[in-house]
Amino acid sequence: MSLFTRGFHGRRSDDDGRLPPGQYLTDDFPVLSAGPTPQVPLDRWAFTVRPESGEAHTWSWAELTALPTESVTVDIHCVTRWSKLETQWRGVSLDTLLEDVETAADFALVHSYGGYTTNLPLEDLLDGKAWVAFEYDGDELAAEHGGPARLLVPHLYFWKSAKWVRGLDLLLHDEPGFWEQLGYHDYGDPWREQRYQGD
Amino acid sequence: MARAAVPGGLRARRAWRPAVLLDRRTETPSACTLVLEVDEWAGHLAGQHVDVRLTAEDGYQTARSYSLAAPAEGRRLEITVQRTAGGEVSPFLTDDLGLGDQVEVRGPLGGWFVWRPTDPAPVLLVAGGSGVVPLMAMIRARAGVSRAPFRLVHSVRTPEDRIYATELRRRAAEDGGLDVAYVYTRQAPPDGPRPPGRIRADDLVAHGWPPDFEPTCYVCGPTPLVEAVAGLLVAAGHDPDRIRTERFGGS
Repeated sequence: MSLFTRGFHGRRSDDDGRLPPGQYLTDDFPVLSAGPTPQVPLDRWAFTVRPESGEAHTWSWAELTALPTESVTVDIHCVTRWSKLETQWRGVSLDTLLEDVETAADFALVHSYGGYTTNLPLEDLLDGKAWVAFEYDGDELAAEHGGPARLLVPHLYFWKSAKWVRGLDLLLHDEPGFWEQLGYHDYGDPWREQRYQGD
Repeated sequence: MARAAVPGGLRARRAWRPAVLLDRRTETPSACTLVLEVDEWAGHLAGQHVDVRLTAEDGYQTARSYSLAAPAEGRRLEITVQRTAGGEVSPFLTDDLGLGDQVEVRGPLGGWFVWRPTDPAPVLLVAGGSGVVPLMAMIRARAGVSRAPFRLVHSVRTPEDRIYATELRRRAAEDGGLDVAYVYTRQAPPDGPRPPGRIRADDLVAHGWPPDFEPTCYVCGPTPLVEAVAGLLVAAGHDPDRIRTERFGGS
């Protein structure tokens, strides 16, 4: 397109092609959420997977943190246009949590303490692509960043990485979550700039 | 499940459209309002934002989100931009973009942090710094249309950082049912009743609504203020489901 803004030169960043289109780098860790930060006591915390039929699988905090953990270093991309490179997390892979769950579902609706939800295809939670993370940068995850535990799905825009996560519903049909009902994309691939419905 | 209705079809909302700078108004030493004219606009809700995109001559592009400061007047949109020292975009918009120059905008965006004039519930608005911008859009959208009682608590560093101070003083006198209070964090006016400091629980008791009035609370500003205020409101007994927040970082 030929339109340009007179006098604007901008500031290119040297990101080795790691920055998706429309994003800029930040060294901060900005926060985006829609309401107050829930305070979740660990003795009442639980993570529950509900398949479309069959019984719920539930882990207490002690049970979850006793599972094998993985350390992951990943780039994260927020739909509000900041990206942060090489963030360090520790958590339990969704492959571990879902290995004994019987389901024919293609979709997941993620639930959080505080009522937040987000949807994504189940396959995007499998094969080493997603974690329930409870450590950031070597420390326990702060409440404002989603602690005690958040979902971490770094290959999608970061609103899919639900803070204060409490569980997953496995569904045969896609069901929009909180931001998705408000016009944000059902999938949210930062490399295809899927910010809003229709992108 | 139904998607929330917001103005404009999807195709229209996600299209980048040229916008020309018609006017710039100085609000404070570090913030100004830009009046932009687009070719077509389907309207927006108070609290929504737009993406603004800048393109350099060599094709390099970058975009940022800005809250709309007022209801649309036809094809005219207003955004208020706080200059972030060292930022890539905001100093260009506040200092360098000339009258008649073009940028691109798309929107309106964001259907959660919005106020609808059909909602009669009392409203508490709490802003930190330029977080007042989407809340001002709500105050302006209310004028002459709604009798919902509004209270604004605006936290600013010093008296000269009060964006929209003159208009808010006038509206508090004329609009009926609108109260405006300031909390100064660094330097209060010499005759001010309160020493400088961050918003505390008693500020929200003095200038907000009791929880049993069941107000809808909108809190917008830098993350530390939003975290603190939302926490104070919950601790005071406000239903977390009635507290809507919007945070911003730098740049």
